[in-house]
Amino acid sequence: MIANFVGVLFDGVAYGSLLFLISIGLSVTLGLMNFVNLAHGAFAMLGGYVCVMLMSRWGVPFLATLPIAFVVTAAVGAVLERTLYRRLYKASHLDQVLFSIGLTFMAIAGATWLWGASQQPVRLPEMLRGQVELLGLQLGAYRLFLVAVVVAITVALAFMIERTRFGAQVRSAVDDADVANGVGINVNLVFSLMFALGSGLAGLGGALGIDVLGLDPTFPLKYMVYFLLVVAVGGAGTIRGPLVAALVLGIFDVAGKYYVPQVGAFIIYTLMVVLLIAFPAGLYGRRT
Amino acid sequence: MRADEGTFVAPRADDATAGLPTGRWSRFEIAFWLIPVACFFLLPGYLVMGSQILITALFALSLDLILGYAGIVSLGHAAFFGIGAYTAGLLARHGWGEPVSGLVAAAAVAALVGWATSFLIVRGKDLTRLMVTLGIGLLFFEAANSASTITGGVDGLTGVAMWKLLGLFSFDLDGKAAYVYSLAVLFLGFVAVRLLVNSPFGLSLRAIRENASRMPALGVSVRARLVAVYTIGAALAGIAGALLAQTTQFVGLDSLGFQRSAELVVMLVLGGAGRMYGAALGTAIFMIVQDWLSGLNPVYWQFWIGLLLVAIVLFARGGMLGMIDRVVARLFHRGAGP
Repeated sequence: MIANFVGVLFDGVAYGSLLFLISIGLSVTLGLMNFVNLAHGAFAMLGGYVCVMLMSRWGVPFLATLPIAFVVTAAVGAVLERTLYRRLYKASHLDQVLFSIGLTFMAIAGATWLWGASQQPVRLPEMLRGQVELLGLQLGAYRLFLVAVVVAITVALAFMIERTRFGAQVRSAVDDADVANGVGINVNLVFSLMFALGSGLAGLGGALGIDVLGLDPTFPLKYMVYFLLVVAVGGAGTIRGPLVAALVLGIFDVAGKYYVPQVGAFIIYTLMVVLLIAFPAGLYGRRT
Repeated sequence: MRADEGTFVAPRADDATAGLPTGRWSRFEIAFWLIPVACFFLLPGYLVMGSQILITALFALSLDLILGYAGIVSLGHAAFFGIGAYTAGLLARHGWGEPVSGLVAAAAVAALVGWATSFLIVRGKDLTRLMVTLGIGLLFFEAANSASTITGGVDGLTGVAMWKLLGLFSFDLDGKAAYVYSLAVLFLGFVAVRLLVNSPFGLSLRAIRENASRMPALGVSVRARLVAVYTIGAALAGIAGALLAQTTQFVGLDSLGFQRSAELVVMLVLGGAGRMYGAALGTAIFMIVQDWLSGLNPVYWQFWIGLLLVAIVLFARGGMLGMIDRVVARLFHRGAGP
């Protein structure tokens, strides 16, 4: 019973860390550019398809596809930011929502046209399959790997934001873009780099998540609520907020589906409404 | 002033005084309403499709009230449409198939739910509102999905037996009664919304949309107005849902779905939000093109609608009617020039 509970908890943590990895880019666009980007899931989907295509067409090993998925989606993100997103930073939230829903629809139709509507399979390498015994508990090897990757990335991100010169520029741009511009920080460049980084991380998350979340053209719409939720509940523009929110969400979702399957997604939506009412600016909201 | 008449310049669309209501029906409005009447006689083969458009136009109008006029971005408006549809459907299924009272009941239930949830929505800013409307919509979808013993779940609610409309006309396959019924209800809804938005209350809504922090200084309770308009919008959406349930005698789970909410926003924006007739125009164009394109291939349809949305946001703010406004204003300027 206890072991069972710990197993569910662990699955929830793995699921939550995946959500965090994908959503962190959304937190950046929202916190830094104040842009509601509903198309964020499309970047994750792109990463997933890059991974699947590389493996099935060219026989690239799974682990090697991950950095490529990151680079490709980051590049696509950078191009889209320069050409389209940039025009709408000052637009109303309604315009941003419509624009990004439009992009999402196009991404879904494009993915269906290119790769078909079916679920894409992923073959994990031998060493990531099966179970691993840790402290007397049977844990899924792949989920352990997932958590390890996300922990490593989170530490690197936190270091970058808190300790480096670039991180200081990002933080000042989040606090007040105009003043940051005034003291000589190239805010536009910071925006572009962060958008590319966020897209790349989403792509990486999408590639890592094929085994957990699945991959088909409806992906961006199916998980849109989850990504938005992580950011809205956690508060935009921070790392800690979305991390806590993603873990809470992941654990509640997995536990809910395991223990009370008949209630289904009810728990997650109720949690969302309650949390949003209690913390309108997010758990760790910086903007007032 | 008589001396000014010669130098009359048409007001720009964004001119503050241009939107001040006169309450008089213009020629364009009367002509507009003759179109669906003409369709009834000229296109008898398309009445089923026609009623769908009329019903969705009413639904879009309800969203226009809260999004276009009051400025609340909602991605979960289908919740009220679905609640109305299930209310009317369940009433008819369990022995009360009288259509008009079914509409009233649906409006009442949807208004009640709208009123109750409006308190959650008036809190918070744009993104929080967006998420809360989305979450509430998804909650109702899940609720209807789980309570399959009552709602029929994924299979939908069947066995909706309607009585004759006003005791005279039955809803049969040719769709005549359904069309006239939908058109009448849409017209009444339109007249009500028209009165509402031209009233001081409607003006205060627009003022809230333009500058919500200034309104309290003028002695207007923003919260109370938003609660009121959200409730009214929910009631109208409920009526539209009930219409669909009664005329098709079926309620599907998709009447509550996110897709419906999102498409509705698209239709409204396509026509032009905050303009009343934008809702009807956008709905008609959207549904006719959808019917035509998805006959070719449903996937392409989704691509085009996405492209259309992106294009509207980037190049055509204000939708179709906004573009017409700009063209007319330009022509006027040229005509009035020296």
